[in-house]
Parts: sequence; structure tokens; C-alpha cells
Amino acid sequence: MSERASAGGLPFQAEHEMFRTLARRFLQTECVPHRDVWEEAGMAPRSAWRRAGELGLLCFRQPEAYGGQGADILFSVALMEEQVRAGVVGPMLSLHNDVVAPYVELYGDEAQKARVLPRMATGEWIGAIAMTEPGGGSDLRGMTTRARRDGDDYVINGHKTFISNGACADLIVLAAQSEGGISLFLVETGGLAGFAHGEPLEKLGQWSADTTELFFDDVRIPASALLGGVEGRGFGQLMARLVEERLMTAVGAVATMETALAHTIAYTAERKAFGQRVIDFQNSRFRLAECQTEAVVCRVFMERCLTKFMAGRLTAEEAAMLKLRTTEQQNKIVDACLQLHGGYGYMLEYEISRMWLDSRISRIYGGSNEIMKEIIGRTL
Amino acid sequence: MIESRHYTPEHEIFRQGVRRFIARECAPHREAWQKACKVSRGVWNKAGDAGMLCPKLGAEWGGGGGDLYHGLVIIEEQTRAGFSELAFYLHSDIITPYIELYGTDDQKARYLARMATGELVSAIAMTEPGAGSDLQAIRTRATREGDHYLLSGQKTFISNAQVADLIVVAAKTDPDAGSRGVSLLILETKDAEGFTLGRNLKKVGCKAQDTSELFFDNVRVPVENLLGGEEGRGFYQLMQRLPEERLIMAMSAVAQMECGVDEAVAYAKERKVFGQRLIDHQDARFKLAECRTTATLGRAYLERCIDLFIEGRFDARDGAMAKWWTTEKSCEVLDDCLQIFGGYGYMKEYPIARRWADARLGRIAGGTNEIMKDLIGRSL
Repeated sequence: MSERASAGGLPFQAEHEMFRTLARRFLQTECVPHRDVWEEAGMAPRSAWRRAGELGLLCFRQPEAYGGQGADILFSVALMEEQVRAGVVGPMLSLHNDVVAPYVELYGDEAQKARVLPRMATGEWIGAIAMTEPGGGSDLRGMTTRARRDGDDYVINGHKTFISNGACADLIVLAAQSEGGISLFLVETGGLAGFAHGEPLEKLGQWSADTTELFFDDVRIPASALLGGVEGRGFGQLMARLVEERLMTAVGAVATMETALAHTIAYTAERKAFGQRVIDFQNSRFRLAECQTEAVVCRVFMERCLTKFMAGRLTAEEAAMLKLRTTEQQNKIVDACLQLHGGYGYMLEYEISRMWLDSRISRIYGGSNEIMKEIIGRTL
Repeated sequence: MIESRHYTPEHEIFRQGVRRFIARECAPHREAWQKACKVSRGVWNKAGDAGMLCPKLGAEWGGGGGDLYHGLVIIEEQTRAGFSELAFYLHSDIITPYIELYGTDDQKARYLARMATGELVSAIAMTEPGAGSDLQAIRTRATREGDHYLLSGQKTFISNAQVADLIVVAAKTDPDAGSRGVSLLILETKDAEGFTLGRNLKKVGCKAQDTSELFFDNVRVPVENLLGGEEGRGFYQLMQRLPEERLIMAMSAVAQMECGVDEAVAYAKERKVFGQRLIDHQDARFKLAECRTTATLGRAYLERCIDLFIEGRFDARDGAMAKWWTTEKSCEVLDDCLQIFGGYGYMKEYPIARRWADARLGRIAGGTNEIMKDLIGRSL
């Protein structure tokens, strides 16, 4: 396949490729064989996180002083691509590495960083972030979870939902209304009175990743858990991280398209119908040609945005365009690819069926695609 | 805004000159030329004087010694002025290279400098009433007789023919040799006995661009006008040029779509409907956000393709992908943009109406988009 040759503009070095190989081996030998069991359980076990930590697959972008490797975002890109290729949804390494840990690294005080990051890097602690509530998704300002200051503590009351890693998380970055506005808190869940999570929610896809409700009933946490030590910064902190989160969503979307195409080209080159290979029918060839081209265009745009991000120049509206278009295209391509598998495409033993189910969420999370259009529309 | 590392301040200076030329020498005549279905012959000489012809041709031959970004600048400027059909690019970047790359020293000396000044205007004749994309099926014959070829046959859909002094004609020199029997001959139209210019065909769009039938009845072409001096090389020469020709079509498609989006956004901000601006209606805003996203992807993809071309890494498959994707999206986006204009979008005085009609050609010319998908599909 030459989709990388036609696009292929990312400056991967030998160290990235070695890391990629390591990640691939971990995913293939230590995750893929257990997928059915993990899906049944609704989550990956703690041992998988620990093993990922041992191998250096957790929090590698954080500074070495906090247990990381000071790596750049291209390591995250390589890991994301390999995880998608392997068809491994849980453990949700990118959520832990690229979404949760940076809040602590970027906004936390010294004590918070020293306490949290090394534990996240080993896999001793699994991270989650809790923003969404039953009554509020993309409109964060409508959030009702409250953090009331009481002496040296905050007392938290509220209800969160759709929280990935919600059942396994040891550390939750929690968004709540405080006196000074929305603030983020580092909630350590171990033995925490008044805190409970629900059973993993039954989802259309992404079965090995736990997504739960969280309940806070007079949960008392120390004031030192306020991220960065100043109230009211939460909204700005969340907004500032969205560009990178959407970028990583797009990396996953492009990897999904390419993987779906690779599976489908292999399948149609083998499967016979009416005496010839499915790929030899003009319709199959044309559909695949369209999907391949769309995937190349998405990769080129993703790589341009990633390059601009690394240079500190990626804007919010470009990130919104990228998230919008790559996730839409991801869903169109996996659907076209499922169709080319015929009845087998509907059977869960075929990878394409899972990719189809797993993909649907990407148009909803990280800000729904309608929110992306609002962001783009505002700048017209 | 061009972000490529190959795009320099010198290109921007060139752009200023091009913009002035289009405004001064072309725009005032637009309606007259579109009504006449051709441009004045004189504008070609003026374009040559202004350095707008053959910007990429080697300076030793009187060209500008530039690169494809110079061609892009011209296409962008004429498209913005609502004049996408001006065929300078056909002469400069599609036909001239045949002589520069494949011509004998004598042919280069005789023609190139005069092509750069506009003294000679060129056309290329491949398509026949019974043979379009399947070039091997052409029937026009060139029969050797002494130191001449006798050219007989018909061509159709030939751009620039009404004003052309030189026509590069694809003909069979050996009808039994398949693709190896095709040669390119340079026909000088002045006083060419047996050569008849047919009708200037009425088209859906691209009105100022003449498109004609050609008839050859034992037209004598001296053997020294066989391109490159060797028979049977025509098919190879044509095939080798296709990726660049398709990339040039992609340039036009992207420029057209960007202009359409700009105009639709401006209109939607101005036009009032039900007491508010059109752009304040969510559906219009979302539509425009999607159009802008597509145009932004198109721009990123186009620049990557031009960069690959300049670096010698742009292959036939890339050309096919670039051409079908950009021309297809251009038509989709322009159709959505026309809709934003409502009834005005159907009126030819609005540029969007002409863009919509002009862009339709892109999906057919240069090998239909179905041929593009066939090419890509075979490479999977």
C-alpha cells in the first residue's frame, strides 16, 4: 500500500519506529488474544495497564522527572495508529496519556505533578476525565456538579455520565462548579466515601472500554486537589485542551479508514462471486478507489494540521474542520467497506463489523460534529 | 493563503502582475468574449508581453523558468476574476511542455520562444468522435509520403483551435501497432491545405473558451514536424504528461470551489431572510461550514500534490486521485453554494451561476472521473 507514499509527510524517526514496533507487539500478543474476555467484562484488566506501564507505553510524553520520557506527539500518533490497526479499543491508552495526564502536567502544581504523574506512568493509577452530565454535554457552562469549599476541604455533589475509564479510574479529573466558576479537581477514588460508579454502560460498540456514570454524594476531598490551586480556571483549561484532543481523534479516524480499507482490499481480493474475485467487479474497484482517495485526502489534511500543531499554529477552527471531516469520512468508509464484505460484514467475527460499530461514536464525542460546524460557522 | 515551502515571495510578486493583467486586459472583455465563444487573438500577444505565458518553460527558451506554483497563481487569479475558462494554462503548461520535453532541437528552436511571446498559440488534438479516453482507438492517420506525412481524419472537442497557430495532433503512423503506432505531429495551421476548422461548439459553460471540430483531408505535414523525430512515441508521450495535466485540472477545481465559498459566505452575510441574515440561520451556516471544510481539505491536498510534483514524487495514481477528488468536490461545493444564492444563483450575472456550469467540465475532461477510478482501482 502506498497511501503513506502519496501522503506520508510526518517526520517519524527511528526511535518512533522502534516504539511503534514495541506497541504493536504488546497489542498483538498481550491484548488481542484476550479481547473477547475483556469485552465480556466491559473493560480491560488492571494488569494490562500495568504491563503497558512497564513497557513505557504510558505517559511517555511527560517529563522524565515525573516518570515520563519527554517524548513528542508523534509517539502518541504511532501508538494510536497501532492500537487502531490491532483492533484494540481497551485499554484506552490515548485517553490516559493524551487527554488526562496533560491536565496534570500543564495545569497542576508541583505537588500534584509529583504525586499523580509517576503513578500514571507505571499504570498504578488509571486516569479518567469527568465533564459530561446527564443534562449537559457540549454546553459545559450548564454543569450542575458542585464543589463547595468547607474549611480545608471541598465537598462535591453531583452526577456525571458517559465517563470513559469510569469504572477502573484511580484518578479522575473532575469538572465542577465552584464559587469562582468551573474548576477542575484531581479526585483520587481509592476508598473515597460518598463516591460510586455505575456498571459499565451497554454501548453500540467500544465494548472493552468501560463507560460509566459517576455519583458524588457529599464527597470530601482536600483543597489541595484543586487543579493548579486557583478556582474558576476549569473552563479555560478544558477549552485549551480541545484542539489536541480533536487532533488525536482525527489520527484515530484516519487510521481506522486505512485499516478498514486494508481489510477490505484483502477480503475482496480473495472472495469469489459469479466466477471472479469481488475486487475484479468494476463497482467494487470504483468504491475502493473512492474510499482510498478520501482516506489519502484526510491523511494529508491530518498531517498538515499535526505539523501546524507541533509548530504551535493549529487554530481551533482548523481542528474543528479536521475532527468533523475525518470522523464523517471514517464512518462513510467503514460503511462502504462493510458493504463490500456482504453478509460476512454483519458478522462480529469479521473485523469490519466491529470497526463499523466502534466508529459511530467519533461523530458524537469530543464535541459533536454539529458543535464543530458551529465553531467553523462562527469564523466564516 | 499558500503554505507550501516551495511558494516564495517571488510568486507573490508574480501574482500582483497577473492580477493587474487580468483586471486590465481580460476582465473588461469578459462578456464580449463569452458571447463570441472565444477570446481575441490579440490578448495572447499581450499575455506574452506581460510574461504570463509559459512561466514554467526554461528561461533559455524564453520562458519564465518557474514552477507549477506560477501556473497555480495564474489559474487562481483568473478564476477569482470569474474567468476560469481562459486557456493560458493549456498553452503554457500542457502543450508547450510536449515540445520542451520531447521536441527535437530544431523543433524547440523553431517554436518555444514564439510560444512564450504569444506569436504562436497552440492546441492539442487527441479526442475523436469515436475515441475519447481510450486513446488507442483513434483513427486519424498519418501516412508517410516522401518527406511529408499525409494527415487524414477528424478530431473533436479541441480547445483553442479557433485561435491556434500550432496544433499537436495525435495520429496513427502504424495502424497495426496498437499503442506503439501512435505519433504526435505538429501542424502549423496557416495555409495548411486540406485542414478545415469545424464548428465552434456550444457548451454548457466555459463560454469564452473555444472548442471545435477539426477535419484533416490529406494535410501535408513535413516529417521534421514529427514530435521528437521518432514514430510510435505518441502514446507514451501522452501518458507521461497526464499526471501533470490532471494536477493542473485539480488547481482549477480547487480555485473554483474556494471562490464559490467566498462568494456564498459574503452573500449569506448580506442577504436578509425572515428578519435575520441568511448566515444566522443554522442550516445555511452549517452548509457553509461544510463547504469551507471541503475547500480547506482541497487546498491542503492540492498543495501537497504540487509539492510532490515539484519534488518529482507525483505519480499516475496521484494524478488520478487528485483530479477526480477535486473536480467532484468542486461540483458538490459549488452546487451547495449556488443554493445559498436562491434564485439569484440561477442568473448568469452572478458569478456563482457561471462557476457552477464551468466546473462541470472538470469531471469529464482530462480522462473522465470514471477513468480515474479505474486507474486507482487497478493499483489497489
